[in-house]
Amino acid sequence: MDRKVVLPGEFLEEKKGRKLGKGVYEEGGKVFAKVLGIPRISENQISVISLAGVYLPKVGDRVIGIISNVEISGWIVDINSPYNSFLPLSEAVSEFVDIYRTDLSRYYDVGDVIFCRISKVTKNKLVQVSMRDMLSRKLYGGIIIKITPSKIPRVIGKGGSMIQLIKQKTGCNVYTGQNGVIWIRGENKAKAIEAILTIEKESHIIGLTDKISKLLGGEK
Amino acid sequence: MSKTNIQLIVDGKRIDGRSPGELRPINMKVGIVERADGSAQVSFGNTTIIASAYGPRTLYPKFLQESDTGILRCRYMMAPFSVDERKSPGPDRRSIEISKVIRLALEPVIFLEEFPRVVVDVFVEVIQADGSTRVTGINAASLALAMAGVPMKDLVTSCSVGKINGTLIVDLNGKEDNNSEADVAFAMIPSKNKITLLQMDGLLTKEELHKLLQMARENCMKIYELQKRALKEKYRSD
Repeated sequence: MDRKVVLPGEFLEEKKGRKLGKGVYEEGGKVFAKVLGIPRISENQISVISLAGVYLPKVGDRVIGIISNVEISGWIVDINSPYNSFLPLSEAVSEFVDIYRTDLSRYYDVGDVIFCRISKVTKNKLVQVSMRDMLSRKLYGGIIIKITPSKIPRVIGKGGSMIQLIKQKTGCNVYTGQNGVIWIRGENKAKAIEAILTIEKESHIIGLTDKISKLLGGEK
Repeated sequence: MSKTNIQLIVDGKRIDGRSPGELRPINMKVGIVERADGSAQVSFGNTTIIASAYGPRTLYPKFLQESDTGILRCRYMMAPFSVDERKSPGPDRRSIEISKVIRLALEPVIFLEEFPRVVVDVFVEVIQADGSTRVTGINAASLALAMAGVPMKDLVTSCSVGKINGTLIVDLNGKEDNNSEADVAFAMIPSKNKITLLQMDGLLTKEELHKLLQMARENCMKIYELQKRALKEKYRSD
């Protein structure tokens, strides 16, 4: 089955007091798509889910980042976006650290993978991330793959159904970041990667969970 | 190619058998450069162009960054084998100018203000040149940008019009381009009916120009339909 694909500039609907979501713009009460994607039109919101594009940081997003540089009082984190983010020392470590005596690479070094939260984005897109909550952690071992960020919700599935399926069938440990980075560790990671890449390629098809279930079916 | 003395319009038929208001066979394909974020190949008759789009991505050197908006960079390049006599590679006066007009034609549709400090790169490579390369390049570039997921108001559609032996014609090929009395490069935003590129070379009366613009508009709408079909084709599941 096919979902309708809209192109930039395509007229969607009259606005009629509804909220505008991502991927649309308004001109004289009419709403147009501004990216190539799948339209979502409901009673209170109009949006288009992009089929391509880069990740733009948003406060509250959980992302997987790679430490790309160690500074005097924090770290530069690559979050798979045109914008780098900064992880300040105070947002990363709860104990007291004397920055004049300590080399911060003892906490996080270049190349380390972290699961963190976007805590601040300024108008000029200066981004700060934070490790100060229960879910944030450093990820040891494993491998990371990158997919189109807008397709992450499909990988997770409704209420986490898809990701649960992948975890169960392959026995892998999987973390997904909203920035399109997925971290996988486990015996059967090749199978998990295959499933995720299939989801990315065929995300515009309806009935994807069944297909993936069949793909992974051979495993116990 | 140089000036020829052959009659370019005989009995209302052009040198390649087209009628004055007819476009050449158009072929569009999206997603042909694997490592690019977006790409497209567009051919108008023998003119073939590959455009690829990258980004938005971080812009270096840092002094080129704009703190409140993103920037668009375009490069128009002719392959040495694209023309009859070998073109020496690298940018020259003509390519630099065309790069700029392509950028100016595309800039109005892109929401660059959503991407401060970054760049969107567009590379337009002419593989085979047979007239109207800049307008074909704009068509290909807007397809590539749409495929890369860059937020845009609309696609940009473009075509060339001109005048030969007193006849107004659409979509000039190489021979016509070199021997025309006037040629006009034209690009527009179809759904808003706004012009983003208008260049003219040669002599035209005011009435002729108005007529040509009308012809260009009509043909752009035809090309727009083809562009939309090419993009939708890419995302159709079997």
